[in-house]
Amino acid sequence: MKAPRQPLPAWIDVGLIPLANVMLAFLVAGLIVLAVGVNPLDAVHVMLIGAFGYPEAIGYTLYYATNFIFTGLAVALAFHAGLFNIGGEGQAYIGGLGVGLVVLALDGLLPGIFLIPLAILGAAGFGAVWALIPAWLQAYRGSHIVITTIMFNFIAAALMVYLMVNVLIAPGVMSPESREFAASAHLPLLHMVLRSAGFAMGESPLNLSLLLALACCVLVWVFLWHTRWGYELRAMGQNPGAASYAGINGRRMILLAMGLSGALAGMMAVNELIGVQHRLILNFTAGYGFTGIAVALMGRSHPFGVVLASLLFGVLQQGGAELAFEFPTITREMVVVIQGLVILFSGALAYMTRPWFESLFVLLRRPSAAAAAGTERA
Amino acid sequence: MDEFFAGLVPVLAATLRVATPLILCAMGGLFSERAGIFDIGLEGKMLSAAFVAAAMAAVTGSAWLALAAAIGISVLLGLLHGLACITYRGNQIVSGVAINILASGLTIVFGMAWFRRGGQTPSLPPEARFMPLQWPGADMVRDLPVIGPVYAELIGGHNLLVYVALLLVPLAHWVLGSTRFGLRLRAVGEVPLAVDTAGISVAWLRYRAVIICGLLAGIAGAYLSIAQNAAFSRDMSAGQGFIALAAMIFGKWRPLPAFGACLMFGLLDAVAIRLQGVRLGSFGEVPVQAIQVLPYLLTVILLAGFVGRAVAPKAGGIPYVKEH
Repeated sequence: MKAPRQPLPAWIDVGLIPLANVMLAFLVAGLIVLAVGVNPLDAVHVMLIGAFGYPEAIGYTLYYATNFIFTGLAVALAFHAGLFNIGGEGQAYIGGLGVGLVVLALDGLLPGIFLIPLAILGAAGFGAVWALIPAWLQAYRGSHIVITTIMFNFIAAALMVYLMVNVLIAPGVMSPESREFAASAHLPLLHMVLRSAGFAMGESPLNLSLLLALACCVLVWVFLWHTRWGYELRAMGQNPGAASYAGINGRRMILLAMGLSGALAGMMAVNELIGVQHRLILNFTAGYGFTGIAVALMGRSHPFGVVLASLLFGVLQQGGAELAFEFPTITREMVVVIQGLVILFSGALAYMTRPWFESLFVLLRRPSAAAAAGTERA
Repeated sequence: MDEFFAGLVPVLAATLRVATPLILCAMGGLFSERAGIFDIGLEGKMLSAAFVAAAMAAVTGSAWLALAAAIGISVLLGLLHGLACITYRGNQIVSGVAINILASGLTIVFGMAWFRRGGQTPSLPPEARFMPLQWPGADMVRDLPVIGPVYAELIGGHNLLVYVALLLVPLAHWVLGSTRFGLRLRAVGEVPLAVDTAGISVAWLRYRAVIICGLLAGIAGAYLSIAQNAAFSRDMSAGQGFIALAAMIFGKWRPLPAFGACLMFGLLDAVAIRLQGVRLGSFGEVPVQAIQVLPYLLTVILLAGFVGRAVAPKAGGIPYVKEH
């Protein structure tokens, strides 16, 4: 990206400007809500109640946030290597295939304590492979990773439809879904775990995947900023030429970054399939892979930022459902609109607001600078 | 022989109808990408245009006003892409993703708010659509062997926008290849510095490219909802913007080969529908998904350089920073 014209203090650059961009996105979203005849403040109120207002709601919000953490981290990690992974949707879908194959093959044989880790590995492994093919094509054949990952989303969707309709469909069932996973493969729901520990919590699909997601955040943070490979990966993302001159193998870094990115995206399937659905179904990814792009942009590609952004999108997803119940003219696709606006203002138009802040900063600083010069002379 | 033709003509006619939005989008994408602006927002532009066209046609009853509105919204989205990528030097892929996601959300939000039919628009009467045109004398020759069906159903019998798409191909070929504007457009996608040095505005050239792209994607959207179909339904573009993108890459960013790729992908689609449940000799039943996936698979293979080489415009995706 371009070097800033006017150096700004860090709190403006990484604090105020991103915040202003997100606020702009929500401002425009508010105008759209107004355009369909609803008071935006009422909408926010309903959304917040929907997301936090009753015991079950918080669980739902965190359950959605879990998906966003996985896909957001996936996009963020690839961003650090200077790669744009639009394939999170397909990688999550194929990750689900990994979960399904492991569980369907082994759930009669293994107890949960072995089966669930294997299913998680299946999700990560299949997701990683689905990302490694475009990565290899980019690293060794020079094809554009954005185009290939887009194409791989469609290929994944077609593959899954074929497998579900022809191979994995449960006998005697009309809709394309697999047989139900045995209970040993079900990831414990958080409200059950808490209840057995003596805490009360509303029923929700929130399960132990949330802890897995948070652990991934910590691991990604350690990997990126405290390991040699993480350093090399970021170096390549910042300046591929300098990195290669310093002896960093760029091709290997592309494979590493995309493999990890795909594994993270794939693990989204853990939350959906062994956490909630308990069977392999079509379209369980439901656009979460694309939302990951908004999450990563909003979270400035930092694991902590990704968690915060995921929480916000969890609130939107859960509150958005409530919105549709409350106002007949609003649908839950309003949430999709907000995601698009966040990508637009925090991503594509990220440099739009900077000049405004630059001039504001210079304007506000001038008197104090003059005062400083005055004291110097005295 | 006659029987063969009798079966072939409907397939080819269907190919043309399926390929029309692909051709329009691919030609639009060509102008944008040859000028150095990647556009993965074709899908979103087409979807928005389809919705606006159907909404306008439902309200005013005029197909022409609907077409104008469709072009209007699509050009606006193109200008938004330009604002983000040309003026503010944002990431072109991010901007395209934003446009796609915005379009898929907004079309449903407004569709529900305005029409209350689960995201659908009211179904349109023939007067508010672009209907198939009967060519003169088609009825007289229809019964002649070979020539009859070819004239009446393959050459004739399509709506106006199909012919617009077909005429666009030589036009795009000529504009890009033989006019001063086309030369400059291509130059700005390869070496923008050279164009700038010659005293020509890089930004204005690129803005014109995204406007042309918006215009063509807008016609493609109108085709979907008021020509091929009689209403808008949610997510009706169904990835065709991406297939058009694939066709453009498959045609190596050149109009005539891209047109060929659109026809090929259209043919695959037309054949896939007819092959559903048909057993093919020793192969057994060919899964429809295997045919549907071919455009994407072939594009990946081509991009990887296993069959020929597709080289993108050199300055594609890179914002131009004017030196002071």
